[in-house]
Amino acid sequence: MKKLSRVYFWFVMAFLYMPIGVLIFFSFNQSKSRSVFTGFTLDWYRKLFSNNVILNSLRTTLIIAVISTIFAVIIGTAAAIGINSMNKWMRGMIMNVTYLPIINPEIVTGVSLMLLFVFMKNKIGIPIQFGYPTLILAHITFNIPYVILNVLPKLRQMDRFVYEAALDLGCTPFQAFWKVVLPEISPGVVSGFLMAFTYSLDDFIISYFNSGATSQTLPITIYSMTRRKVSPEINALSTIIFAVVIAVLVIYNIMDARKEKHTKRKAGAESL
Amino acid sequence: MKKLLIAALAVIMSLPLVTVKAFAQVKVEDQAYYQKFKGQNVSINVHNWGEYISNDAQESIDVNAEFEALTGIKVNYTTFASNEELYARLKSGGASYDIVIPSDYMIAKFIREDMLEQLNLNNIPNSKYTNPQFTGMEYDPEDKYSIPYTWGTVGIIYNTTMVDTEINSWDALWDARYLGDILMFSNPRDAFALAQKRLGYSLNTHDPDEIRKSAEELKVQKPLVQAYVMDEIFDKMQGGEAALAPYYAGDALTMMAENEDLAFVVPNEGTNKFVDSICIPKGSKNKEAAEMYINFLCEPEVAAANIEYIGYSTPNTAAYELLDEETKNSPISYPPEEIMAKAEFFYDLPKDASAEMDELWVEVISAEVGYSKWMIPMLMIGCILFSVGINVVRSIKKKRDIY
Repeated sequence: MKKLSRVYFWFVMAFLYMPIGVLIFFSFNQSKSRSVFTGFTLDWYRKLFSNNVILNSLRTTLIIAVISTIFAVIIGTAAAIGINSMNKWMRGMIMNVTYLPIINPEIVTGVSLMLLFVFMKNKIGIPIQFGYPTLILAHITFNIPYVILNVLPKLRQMDRFVYEAALDLGCTPFQAFWKVVLPEISPGVVSGFLMAFTYSLDDFIISYFNSGATSQTLPITIYSMTRRKVSPEINALSTIIFAVVIAVLVIYNIMDARKEKHTKRKAGAESL
Repeated sequence: MKKLLIAALAVIMSLPLVTVKAFAQVKVEDQAYYQKFKGQNVSINVHNWGEYISNDAQESIDVNAEFEALTGIKVNYTTFASNEELYARLKSGGASYDIVIPSDYMIAKFIREDMLEQLNLNNIPNSKYTNPQFTGMEYDPEDKYSIPYTWGTVGIIYNTTMVDTEINSWDALWDARYLGDILMFSNPRDAFALAQKRLGYSLNTHDPDEIRKSAEELKVQKPLVQAYVMDEIFDKMQGGEAALAPYYAGDALTMMAENEDLAFVVPNEGTNKFVDSICIPKGSKNKEAAEMYINFLCEPEVAAANIEYIGYSTPNTAAYELLDEETKNSPISYPPEEIMAKAEFFYDLPKDASAEMDELWVEVISAEVGYSKWMIPMLMIGCILFSVGINVVRSIKKKRDIY
């Protein structure tokens, strides 16, 4: 039985990581083929850094992800605090409204946002340009619910008298929020940030409908290659992105472990 | 944390600046012509197919970078994947482009719906290089709206180790000996075209009867087909997973470069030929700069670099002269007269004909799959009832728990 479960474990792992492994493997392939390995080369990495189409769309993707995530975190955290202090009925209603964009098919969100922007431009006369402005607005829109859903549980866990206690001890409301509430909920804010960032990075459908003539995100660029052939430079880029993600995870875990050790030691010293 | 964020932002902002710009400096005929917009902060929005322009600074010309350096006009370059996608983008009115490069039948549709600007050929002196074979085409009879960019034909690419007869007819794709080794186009227009040519019909037939008969042919072929593909064809043919497939000549050359066993032939019955042409859509904010861009694409060196990158055939006579002998004499890229005479363009079909084609295509694709068409709706209703049931049971249980 134990053997069987081990086999099952490795089977699942292989299923999860084989595709990435194959992608990394073929990023070193000499030829453009995705099925025949003809020899080792770093050419695609070199070419990647002289391919302005890919680099520009990568830049667009990252800029939009960073800006929209920052806004979404600010708005979402504020919204979560507001929702948390509502009465039960209002809270339930607002939470349902918040869930809706997540359950809603992305394509509906994408098309409706596009229609809204076109309507604003043509009928109301707000000169909104398709491109960065619409992409950032769209990304903020679909990122906010993820931040709210990450921050709310932390707020629920927090003792709600802590804030009042801080006020009693002489804090201004702003100080009380900044020094007491925010540190309490910061794990939720950080995980909301990371989640929003990843969703923003790999969103295709909503970006597809809201990108303009001057800007295009990486997923759209890759999709547009499918008529001819997805270039192996994309394999190289994906490998780099994967390596960065792994590095960030490892660093984060090391830092976390150190912090824990530190607090444990501190606690140990205090108990002495 | 803040410092880290700022550092990350700085890296992102400087991304494209990292690239080393080694300018090959293309020779252009009339240097003065390109100076008009210098220092005026003009930009144009170019919308092209993915992987459809030479962009590798180290091995050939980075066309957009060269154009920017030469004229001072900034190029905002974005890409699309299909003619239909391009049509939707232009119609939705969200984005305005100065240059688009659709295919023949889509250009006809654009012209009919008055979506293109007329070109001022005085601003595009290099249009003189256009091969007369590609002027006065059916989609743009007076050459008012478009300048051809690339062209090509559809043929059969096959693996010589897996095929022992001579391939010269579309019949090969219906040959039962190659059961499970045949690939087919996964879009209706291209797939129907093969059946139509095989039956001797026009690619642009409106006759519902002929369309239906073609669909019957495709249904007959279906059991032999290994897969309906578009770009997966590269992997399958290069890897020797299939013996025969229809595809575009230029892409066949790419595959043949990877696998020596592959060969390409345009069948005797005739085939589909296509042209992708450069146009300026209505709503272009800077038509003259756009025409300058078109002229630049028609510069012999630039056109030759693009053709080498893309692998399709060029309608530009001067660029053709710059190609190497092997390419120039290749019967794949530049087929002989008698084959071209039998090749046809796609026209934009009337609505009812294309609707019938789409409907029949769905029938072909879903034929002989062992469930009725009611199964999916029934399954969905079942799921909905099931989830409602669970919720009801849970709420009843909850109430019981409280009391």
